[in-house]
Amino acid sequence: MPILVGRQTRVIVQGITGNQGSFHTRLMSEYGTRIVAGVTPGKGGTRVSGIPVFDTVASALEAGDADASVVFVPAAFAKEAAMEAIDSGLNPVVMITEGIPSRDAMVIMAYAKENDTTIVGPNTPGVITPGETKLGIMPGNAFSPGKVAVVSRSGTLTYEISASLTHEGIGQSTCLGIGGDPITGLDFVDVLKMLREDPHTDSVVLIGEIGGSAEEDAARYIRETRFPKPVAAYIAGRAAPPGKRMGHAGAIITGSEGTAATKIERLTEAGVRVAEVPSDLPRLTREQIPQLRQ
Amino acid sequence: MKLFEYEAKSLARNLGIPTPKGGVASSPDEAKDIHKRMGGEVVVKAQVLVAGRAKAGGVKFASKPDETRDRTSEILGLVIKGEKVKKVLVEQKALAKKEIFLSIVQDRANKCQTVLASDQGGIDIEQVAREHPEKIVRQRLDPIFGMRSFDARSVALKLGYAGPQLLSLADLLSNLYRLSVIYDGELVESNPVIETQEGRFTTADLRLIIDDNSLFRHPEFQERSREPSSEVTPLESKARERGLAFVELEGDIGIIGNGAGLVMATIDLVKQYGGNPANFCDVGGGANADQVATALEIVQSSERVRLVLINILAGITRCDEVAKGIVEVKKVVGLRKPLVIRMVGTNQEEGRSILHSEGISVLDGMDEAGKQAVLAGAG
Repeated sequence: MPILVGRQTRVIVQGITGNQGSFHTRLMSEYGTRIVAGVTPGKGGTRVSGIPVFDTVASALEAGDADASVVFVPAAFAKEAAMEAIDSGLNPVVMITEGIPSRDAMVIMAYAKENDTTIVGPNTPGVITPGETKLGIMPGNAFSPGKVAVVSRSGTLTYEISASLTHEGIGQSTCLGIGGDPITGLDFVDVLKMLREDPHTDSVVLIGEIGGSAEEDAARYIRETRFPKPVAAYIAGRAAPPGKRMGHAGAIITGSEGTAATKIERLTEAGVRVAEVPSDLPRLTREQIPQLRQ
Repeated sequence: MKLFEYEAKSLARNLGIPTPKGGVASSPDEAKDIHKRMGGEVVVKAQVLVAGRAKAGGVKFASKPDETRDRTSEILGLVIKGEKVKKVLVEQKALAKKEIFLSIVQDRANKCQTVLASDQGGIDIEQVAREHPEKIVRQRLDPIFGMRSFDARSVALKLGYAGPQLLSLADLLSNLYRLSVIYDGELVESNPVIETQEGRFTTADLRLIIDDNSLFRHPEFQERSREPSSEVTPLESKARERGLAFVELEGDIGIIGNGAGLVMATIDLVKQYGGNPANFCDVGGGANADQVATALEIVQSSERVRLVLINILAGITRCDEVAKGIVEVKKVVGLRKPLVIRMVGTNQEEGRSILHSEGISVLDGMDEAGKQAVLAGAG
């Protein structure tokens, strides 16, 4: 199985009866994701796209086993939904929800760490193993199976870049959004650690943006551990003014921290090829992998 | 969302956090009256949301009420980093034996809150951190347990205090932490906390930034967060009220897209080709025709905008909805600025035929759209 999720992964959807939850449950099922149950408090006994709905994660698991969870629960209730998934041993927990207060996200991450649970997100498009399964909201047709991993802080920009890779005949092993919030579960370094050993991945495309230091940390990790696979990157927000939140809660330059220029500099120093424009990534990736060269 | 110093202090006082005696004034005479009532020496401080007011002349001392009136009238006329001063805080001047820096920050890398403290308070703490990193005390807080009394004591101890002073500084820090919990503080910072000649502590300055994502549980601040201020331009306020992620920039090419990363990348692209973006506008995932129409109306309403570039990569969003939104604007208020549209993805053909039948053309590639927008905008 590729990193985190594959064809066999059995999935519970938390918040399955909501607009987003029900819509994407259908799309995920169509893509091939094995969704075994849904959870919405007070809606137990109903069905969404034929999938049985339960009031709690525990009762869903009594009816049938599952491995992972995708959370669509609104921000105000997302902390407890995540803890419920963690308590029940679901892993990974993919949190699509946007707008979770940072304090709640910190509690989720600390609780997940204690329980050895991997959290993807929040504010993520999710994770997809092309051709096998997707736990998230990304449009399936932007992706194709292959050996390049895409790790990103953004949603549509990931689709944009993955679609251009797909268009150029470069398939992907895993595409994962770490999330656009200041506090996320997995960060770039965590994912790079998994990809390092992943036999399905030959190279990595990293899509970062302004704010925080996840890209700088990734650069240090790549340099200090001599990361064995080529990495190409794109950083969004070069023209962003300081002190303004650019859509994502985490995309903000504070003081002198979090600028695109520093991130690009650190990544370049670590030997990462940084694209000027997103459409450059297929070319850079092709040049990095001998098998892909024409 | 940033609070003014006087607002943060009023919340702090309710939690028993010591602050200097004082009052808020919007006119020189009010300020004079406050001084008269308190007596002694006072400090008059501009109430602004931007940092760096002292350097801009926004903080002045006065020993007589008449002086306070004059200083206030000077400060009320100031514009500090683009923000007009509308109010001042008149406070009793505390004689400082020592100035301490205390803050509770969001520590993104460690996924927790961290206390940063230093006995080199009162000055630019970033500078202290650069030049004397050993002068900064750091204490990470466990998100589940929060700040425990010994976390607070440990900080006070490292700042060099002992006995009752150690306990009272730890108590002040614990209360600042409570403030951050109750109001979801993205930042709580007092620079300085003053140690008075008598050995007591008081928060001479206080900043509180509320996590925007927590506003749903702070209804008292919701409306305020969208009001125009030095932080939010009138156009931003209008856009946010209508559910758009919107940031005003300085150029003349309006930008609309779906997804924060894609919009940022579009802005970068335009800049790269020599253009100057006028705004960041994200209609979000799954936007319907109305949201697109709202975005276009708002972006084209800006006088500065000469052209609007729309970049849609439809996944959950549908191209036909986007197209309907554009046509709606055309029919209702009219397309007031030239459009460059890049639109691909879900229901692409339906969307394009809707636009084509209105004589609006659509591009495939993001680069192409960026170039064309810059060329057309310059013409």
